[in-house]
Amino acid sequence: MIDVKDLNKSFGEAHILKGITTTFEKGKTNLIIGQSGSGKTVFLKCLLGLFNYEKGSISYDGKVFAQLSEDKKRDVRADIGMVFQGSALFDSMTIAENVMFPLRMFTKMTKAEMLERADFVLKRVNLENAHYKFPAEASGGMQKRVAIARAIVNKPKYLFCDEPNSGLDPKTAIVIDNLIQEITDEYQITTVINSHDMNSVMEIGEKIVFLKDGLKAWEGSRETIFRTDNKVVTDFVYSSNLFKKVRKMYLEDQDNKN
Amino acid sequence: MQYLHNIGSYFLMIIEMFRKMTKWSVMKQLILKDIDDLVIGSIGIVAFISFFVGGVVTIQTALNIDNPLIPKYLVGFATRQSVLLEFAPTFISVIMAGKVGSFITSSIGTMRVTEQIDALEVMGINSINYLVFPKFIALTLYPFVISIAMFLGIMGGLVACIYGGYASLDDYIMGIQIDFIPFHIVYAFIKTFLFAFVLATVPSFHGYYMKGGALEVGKASTTSFVWTSVVIILLNYILTQLLLS
Repeated sequence: MIDVKDLNKSFGEAHILKGITTTFEKGKTNLIIGQSGSGKTVFLKCLLGLFNYEKGSISYDGKVFAQLSEDKKRDVRADIGMVFQGSALFDSMTIAENVMFPLRMFTKMTKAEMLERADFVLKRVNLENAHYKFPAEASGGMQKRVAIARAIVNKPKYLFCDEPNSGLDPKTAIVIDNLIQEITDEYQITTVINSHDMNSVMEIGEKIVFLKDGLKAWEGSRETIFRTDNKVVTDFVYSSNLFKKVRKMYLEDQDNKN
Repeated sequence: MQYLHNIGSYFLMIIEMFRKMTKWSVMKQLILKDIDDLVIGSIGIVAFISFFVGGVVTIQTALNIDNPLIPKYLVGFATRQSVLLEFAPTFISVIMAGKVGSFITSSIGTMRVTEQIDALEVMGINSINYLVFPKFIALTLYPFVISIAMFLGIMGGLVACIYGGYASLDDYIMGIQIDFIPFHIVYAFIKTFLFAFVLATVPSFHGYYMKGGALEVGKASTTSFVWTSVVIILLNYILTQLLLS
């Protein structure tokens, strides 16, 4: 579980995060949503410890991150898996080497054991015959799946994804979303996803935190987001006619059931 | 003010380079790869430049000696002194600032732009140690490259001297042996070790702390070359003053 209390972050005069308080629960896919410039990426980078913040606290299972020594912070980070927006695969390594990298760094496994584990996770993300390709030879969807495989290979406690389906076609995007949800359930990971893709919100948003201008404007789930009358949220989530119709149909359907 | 900030950040990077070491089995492979990229990969160009510049120094010296009272062996003497004291340690290091320095800056800078450094940090890896330390260790073999440059520079001079007819083989050999001061070799290698440290760390600093996208990687490589050269030239002056005066 990740607990965030009164998080404030500024860049010079610009106050980006304004007192965010929330909790990301274990075994759930937690989504941070909001418009571009709302502070989602800064929030995620604060959670990852890549940005220092002025005020507030972030706790990983009760351990206040800012109060830990640099070495202890690195130990917490060893429990984190991260899927970057651009995948951030190491260019000079093959896909199998990329996936085995956290194992090489943090375990005493033999090469055969590492290969076996890499085989398993690559199979888990439906990439069975790409071991010896380099990232540059893989498509965007494949790179995202490799990034997920690398993130989960060392059985992390926390999984962070920065816009995991940006730049992907709708079908591949849903495959990636479902994969993240399955992995979260299977390994009981605390998953935090930064997204502005409404399909993801509807598909996997077990907990949703909506940011607006650096403030937490709303939080709920994919079920409650249909019923919310918070205008800021509805203006953002149901900005397209398609989603307006989907919401209307959902609410009618729910009312008929009741 | 920005210069002071950068100098401070550079020294903090140096301290961070020796903290929280990467696992040895991984580090060993990184070092071997960097030896291949930075040292072995530079031998060809260093050998080519050294041989011909050695020849040019000999020709220039011979052509400027028109007084019959000056002994012919001076050609070999001047070539040896030029190559050992300045050309091999300093001039080659400036060339390496262009070749090795821009390679280091662009490779680390590209990792920064594509979030690969963030990926290392998020995994709990000391990215500065992972990226810079192997380059520093690989470049401790840099004096080996400079030894080759010294040898080939003097050999280039010998070939130019004999085939150009500027002096006899015996005169040239006598020239490179006469008044030889062993400390000059020590001085050259002290300089080389310090330049190797500069070659590993200054370009790494420019790559690691760069901001922006692909275009900025190119700009960082150019800036890195300029600053590495400036530091080498300044260090050269200070060390010469300290060690030889």
